Amino acid sequence: MPTISRDEVAHLARLARLAVTEEELDLFASQLEMILTSVARVSEVAAVDIPPTSHAVGLTNVFRADAPHPGLTQQQALSGAYATEDGRFRVPRILDES
Amino acid sequence: MTTELTRLSAADLAGRIHARDTTAVEVTQAHLDRIAAVDRAVHAFLYVDADAALAAAAAVDNRLRCGDPPASPLAGVPLALKDVFATVDMPTTCGSRILQGWRPPYDATVTRRLREAGVVILGKTNMDEFAMGSSTENSAYGPTRNPWDLDRVPGGSGGGSAAAVAAFQVPLAIGTDTGGSIRQPSAVTGTVGVKPTYGGVSRYGLVAFSSSLDQGGPVARTVLDAALLHEVIGGYDALDSTSIDAPVPPVAQAARAGAAGDLAGVRVGVVSQFRGEGYQPGVLRAFDVAVSRLRELGAHVIEVSCRSFDHALPAYYLISPSECSSNLARFDGMRYGLRVGDDSSRSAEEVMSLTREAGFGPEVKRRIMLGTYALSAGYYDAYYGQAQRVRTLIIRDFAAAFERVDVLVSPTAPTTAFRLGERVGDPLAMYLSDLCTIPVNLAGNAALSVPAGLSDDDGLPVGLQVMAPALADDRAYRVAAAYEVARNAADGPLAHRVPDLTEDRLPPPSIAEVVGR
Repeated sequence: MPTISRDEVAHLARLARLAVTEEELDLFASQLEMILTSVARVSEVAAVDIPPTSHAVGLTNVFRADAPHPGLTQQQALSGAYATEDGRFRVPRILDES
Repeated sequence: MTTELTRLSAADLAGRIHARDTTAVEVTQAHLDRIAAVDRAVHAFLYVDADAALAAAAAVDNRLRCGDPPASPLAGVPLALKDVFATVDMPTTCGSRILQGWRPPYDATVTRRLREAGVVILGKTNMDEFAMGSSTENSAYGPTRNPWDLDRVPGGSGGGSAAAVAAFQVPLAIGTDTGGSIRQPSAVTGTVGVKPTYGGVSRYGLVAFSSSLDQGGPVARTVLDAALLHEVIGGYDALDSTSIDAPVPPVAQAARAGAAGDLAGVRVGVVSQFRGEGYQPGVLRAFDVAVSRLRELGAHVIEVSCRSFDHALPAYYLISPSECSSNLARFDGMRYGLRVGDDSSRSAEEVMSLTREAGFGPEVKRRIMLGTYALSAGYYDAYYGQAQRVRTLIIRDFAAAFERVDVLVSPTAPTTAFRLGERVGDPLAMYLSDLCTIPVNLAGNAALSVPAGLSDDDGLPVGLQVMAPALADDRAYRVAAAYEVARNAADGPLAHRVPDLTEDRLPPPSIAEVVGR
């Protein structure tokens, strides 16, 4: 039976970039453990010699024609931005400058 | 007159518009009036654009007035679009706060094809956030209610599309089906819902939840209407690398052929795994009556065992969260959508975490973390890898079954519509709603749900699921159309027995109420 600790949930939340609250840590720890327990049996059903399926309808070598075609204009690309500056996305600092 | 127009099928409406017995504008106005009258109670729509819809309808009328042929068999017919398809002229929220008010810079291929076909898009429908859920209660904008009983859920994730069709607000809608999000809402609202073969309908501009499973498809009140819509939206699209480069199966022709009511020589398999614990007796009784009707139509019915289907639900709850955790990484508050905590002192990473925490609801967070776990080093093979092997077993079971039968049938969902709030606090109980629909998503083949009468337990709609092999969607349409004719002949069309909603009460709860739960 998989067990999942509160610390482990906090780690997952950090990896997933979710600033979860203390209450959520408790809630998700119990719920994730419950869900994982119920799905754990998949690890017993299929033998390793069964090939995995990643796509239901297999297509191989899907290429588009190597021809130029227009993409979004700068204005379209920026149309949903929270903040822009000089025609670019303005984002919070990405390095620790303090 | 105007209320009467809303009771007609899409095929009938198109016939009258194209014969110029009525106009697309008149039809559109009738449906807009119906939305104004009942959507306060149902809350199927997140956004309605009456002006744009009337303009699109007027364009169809002008073209017909000039003597030009209609752009498609559905030109002039109103439709509701699930709010997960990109639309340049309407917000696209996916039922999430993280995309509140967001207007995409391009149209989805499905959106574009609808416009080119002259289909009149009235607005965008409510859904579980990012299509994760089975009740539409996970929408950040309040739940949709089931037109058959406003205290009950309309299923999910496409509860808005199904409820809009069931409540006669539109004759047609578009949904998406990752684990049953078209078929299960259709079952519990007494409508027809189709999940086409994976790759049959373009995913370009469909906001991704689980890319190897997501598939758009039609919702309607009749099998023929669903087929006509399927032919409008289906077909190869170079913009979707998983799109199948083959003609759309002849689904409208199959629906018309099926309506002749003859299934002689058709082999139907009843999946023995889809009954037992967790299935309501009234659902199983309605299903058994449906199967005997198929026999009366001449079908040869046998029982078929697909043992791997018992493992479909757990495999799905590893594969779909894994893909979701990766797909939803794009919602980072940097280029579009919500941004929280940008106070010029916090770093991009801190802002990202605060944005995602505030923008996503509990089910989405749960699945992102579940997927993050299942994909982590040390667990990958035990969970994700094994789930993909189960997927192979399910494909093999389907292949073996389709050597013996032409289609498989089952109840679409184990229960009728449940009450609002009943499963919100219990994710596992919610997940069981999709028990019968998930194997088809994992295998990638086609399936639909067609109304199979009312449960004698509670008087609520039950769906009959018809499953066909990949690229043989037409088989499911043929069987469903034959069954629909027989059932209508015996009991009358189910859709017309929905309660009159215009006198109803119950305003939707406020956003604050829902978010605060």
